[in-house]
Amino acid sequence: MGTRLGKQTVRLDSKPVIQSWAAIVGAKEGHGPLGRFFDEIIEDEYFGEESFEKAESKFLRETLAKILMKGKVSSGDIQYIFAGDLLNQCIAANFGVRESEIPFFGLYGACSTMAESLSLGSLMVEGGFAERCVCITSSHFCSAEKQFRFPLEFGNQRPPTAQWTVTGAGGVMVGKAGDGPRVVHVTTGKIVDMGITDANDMGSAMAPAACDTITAHFRETDLPPNHYDLIVTGDLGIHGKNLCLQLLEENGITIKEFYDDCGVMIYDPQKQKTDCGGSGCACSATVLAGYILEKMSKRELNRVLFVATGALHSPISVQQGESIPAIAHAVGIEMV
Amino acid sequence: MDYLRAFIVGGLICVVGQLLIDLTKLTPARIMVIFVVAGVILGALGIYPLLVEWGGAGATVPIIGFGNVLAKGVMEDVDKKGLIGAFSGGVRAGAVGIAAAVFFGYIMAVVSKPKTKNKA
Amino acid sequence: MEQKRTKEEYKKWSQELAPRTPKARNLIMAFFIGGIICTIGQLILKALLNTGLSKDDASSLTTLFMIFIGAFLTGLNVYDDIGRIGGAGAAIPVTGFANSIVSPAMEYKREGYVMGVGARMFLIAGPVLVYGIISSIIVGIIYYLIT
Repeated sequence: MGTRLGKQTVRLDSKPVIQSWAAIVGAKEGHGPLGRFFDEIIEDEYFGEESFEKAESKFLRETLAKILMKGKVSSGDIQYIFAGDLLNQCIAANFGVRESEIPFFGLYGACSTMAESLSLGSLMVEGGFAERCVCITSSHFCSAEKQFRFPLEFGNQRPPTAQWTVTGAGGVMVGKAGDGPRVVHVTTGKIVDMGITDANDMGSAMAPAACDTITAHFRETDLPPNHYDLIVTGDLGIHGKNLCLQLLEENGITIKEFYDDCGVMIYDPQKQKTDCGGSGCACSATVLAGYILEKMSKRELNRVLFVATGALHSPISVQQGESIPAIAHAVGIEMV
Repeated sequence: MDYLRAFIVGGLICVVGQLLIDLTKLTPARIMVIFVVAGVILGALGIYPLLVEWGGAGATVPIIGFGNVLAKGVMEDVDKKGLIGAFSGGVRAGAVGIAAAVFFGYIMAVVSKPKTKNKA
Repeated sequence: MEQKRTKEEYKKWSQELAPRTPKARNLIMAFFIGGIICTIGQLILKALLNTGLSKDDASSLTTLFMIFIGAFLTGLNVYDDIGRIGGAGAAIPVTGFANSIVSPAMEYKREGYVMGVGARMFLIAGPVLVYGIISSIIVGIIYYLIT
């Protein structure tokens, strides 16, 4: 049952299988470079609901249904669901899974939730406590702006380091058997706070955490960086991606040839005016569940290190002058 | 000619605001507060009314002009009513602006829905 | 991982590498958009003075019209675009003040008309009134003591 390789890394010897995955996104994501990889594109930002918060719950609920349908199981076949989002008290997740009747662990990892939930779900399966777990998360541009920044119609200017919260939900089902991509390593992040106080520059706040977790992963697994075809961070954005690359170089880890960032991949910054790129829980989740896992199942990618990053601040902590602590969780996924 | 003056004065006041946005980490709300308080002080010192004379709406339309209105009202009321005027003057002079903001703000909020910037 | 930099060094380093704000363009757009909005105000002021109103009344009424315009353009989902381009040119005029009232009120409608619209209207603009009124009171007291 699993082998601990160091302070942060565990190797999952039974290699739980990612059996099914789904991603539903909003209009902007659908018109972006990865548009054709998502299961469904919803043009209406209200998704037919009365509020943005209800819309976000619907994104999560519909994605959960799709994961089960694609995996040819029903909710009764799932032992645990791990879900979270950005909203206060995680209401998008709570209301999204409300009717599912699946034992539920609600999580807050900010934008790292996809990797956090996948880590926990895989550990549950590895530990023999579950046949199948669902790991899912959501975010919505409008509900996130309302909570963290300014009203939608407010005429403020966004600085060039700003990122665009992805509207959508993505998730996976991980279980014991199957031919799909397998979770081999879980490296759990610890909080890293380098004193960034600017809530409009998440890239700078999170890059050190990503570097810390990636460094720990390679140190504890003793793998060479090029063991992976792709190392992908969650939402560092254009600026944060650059910082992370340089920080890793300083640690003696060179990954430039096979490194990308979901926030950079999901939008076309020129055409879509998204400044530094995408962010939000759904950023890494939809890119993983829409694009990366598809490519892996076709063996166009064989080994991926998925590193979702999260900024663990709140609107109140920022107003109180606190800096922004960040965390990054890494999951090593391989085709065997 | 007075249109050109309004354009220039209004434009320059906004440039000062833009410098604050781009060079400091001040949020829009804090910048508006700084401007309105500056308007009160400059109005009380008699400086701002000179700008209003020359620049017309270029000086009265920016939020700093609202501060000037408050200062003018407060000094008028103190002249007329003494110390109590310090409390009545500002709100009295700003009454039209405050009432309009509440009224039109409420109406527009009721009839409109925020639309996403999810364009493109 | 030992951090090779102190927090201050990291902050400085990350800011140096960050994409730059287009300061020149922002200043130019702020000048133009702010200038245009104020010119519109001047047009309204002139028209009102021509109807024979006193200077004070015409001025108050101009403010009222400008607030209406700002509120209206916010309701039409247009003012956020003006603000994105014009920056302070849209925020500093009293139309921006109106925008800062209408935008949260629209957003919080789902939370009800009392605690949603009613309470949140002054989320951004409230400080302007608080500090404006307080500073006017202080000015009034000082003025009283001087004269």
